[in-house]
Amino acid sequence: MKYDFDFASVLTSWPQFLEGAGMTILLSFPATVIGFVGGTLLAIGRRGDRRWVARACGVYVEVLRNTPLLVQVFLVFFGLASLGWKVSAFSAALLSLVINVAAYSCEIMRAGMDAIHKGQIEAAECLGLTRRQIYWHVVLRPAMEKVYPALTSQFVLLMLASSITSQISVEELTAVAARVQSETFRPFEAYILVAVAYLILSLLMRLGLWVFGQIVFTRQRKLGSTK
Amino acid sequence: MIDGGLNAHHLQYLMFGALWTIGLSLISFVGGGIAGGVIALCRVSPIKAVRWATIAWIQLIQGTPLLVVLFLFYFGLSIIGFELPAIVAASIAMIVYVSAYLGEIWRGCIESVPRTQWEAAECLALSRAQRMRLVVLPQAVRIATPPTVGFMVQIVKNTSLASIVGFIELVRAGQLINNSIFQPFVVYLLIAVIYFAICYPLSVWSHKLEQRQQFGSRAAPPTANAT
Repeated sequence: MKYDFDFASVLTSWPQFLEGAGMTILLSFPATVIGFVGGTLLAIGRRGDRRWVARACGVYVEVLRNTPLLVQVFLVFFGLASLGWKVSAFSAALLSLVINVAAYSCEIMRAGMDAIHKGQIEAAECLGLTRRQIYWHVVLRPAMEKVYPALTSQFVLLMLASSITSQISVEELTAVAARVQSETFRPFEAYILVAVAYLILSLLMRLGLWVFGQIVFTRQRKLGSTK
Repeated sequence: MIDGGLNAHHLQYLMFGALWTIGLSLISFVGGGIAGGVIALCRVSPIKAVRWATIAWIQLIQGTPLLVVLFLFYFGLSIIGFELPAIVAASIAMIVYVSAYLGEIWRGCIESVPRTQWEAAECLALSRAQRMRLVVLPQAVRIATPPTVGFMVQIVKNTSLASIVGFIELVRAGQLINNSIFQPFVVYLLIAVIYFAICYPLSVWSHKLEQRQQFGSRAAPPTANAT
């Protein structure tokens, strides 16, 4: 029953863990940015006047939100390859993370845009703003400000979920832990170490996103909370 | 099969896997719900130390990927001397994971019961336990229903990770079939369809409950969803 922890033998492979963390960031960062932009476009499409565009966006979001990421990853990696379109593990992982986070961002952004008061848009129309200007200044930015906390949590969840891509042999943190534990026969220590690494990453990410929010949403900084 | 295609036996096997997906989801929901209830109550406890310990626990679980938690229980506990079958390890990991998220969701619901209700109950000389049981919780449960149903979707999807430690649920069943017929696109698409068939009704139900509750009030800001 007694178990002697031996972190030293696992810690000797710290460069690998560092590399893994780098890969996790390399996956999550572009996935977050591209997915967020895609999700915002989807949300605009879903709220738009064209019925079929709105429907298509709705179907996309519902399908992506109601199937597991693991299955999406497998479908992109193995499925596309079997159809003759070979993609590398990294591209498949990035692609599936992007399409996944786009669906979630869409729902969050849509809720934010729906919460913009109609009077605001009417006032902008009265001021002679073009449709694009209205969307950018009156709808999008305040909407993003409103749902920024939810977006932050979603992006952190995406970073954590990127651990799933270890299943298609992307060498990120979890995959490194699996390799190290098979070399050292110290799975408990390896996974504890990786859990701590994820914890640090998620805290850093929250901090980074908070700082970003403070810089971007100047109104919030001046007035305190906008709620 | 000589032609090597998907046949009725495969479908039957997938259905068997789907049953285990539902089974594991139920175990996670019931177990995680009980533990989550305790966590939610600890999170609003009048004792500061209990509150802080609960916050730390929730942050710890929400800051690490479910996959790593799963590996920790699967490899970790077996190395200390408990030889765990995959279903037990997966159940424990899921319960731990679900309890942290549900605890945090329910904490929000308890806190969103208007302050005046607490005060009125206090004026009626109810003890803290009575206030919780007779005044706050009945109202909090109504607020908590839609997000809880919504979270059930996350639970169903996340049980897919149990396939990674070898537990035969929907995804694992699909992988085994794929190993014999090698048609990943068809197999994973079918799995996605089955997941969708389980999750979509839950999503719709959650949305309906939410709409019924927000009757007359503006949409609440959304919360993040685990992928």
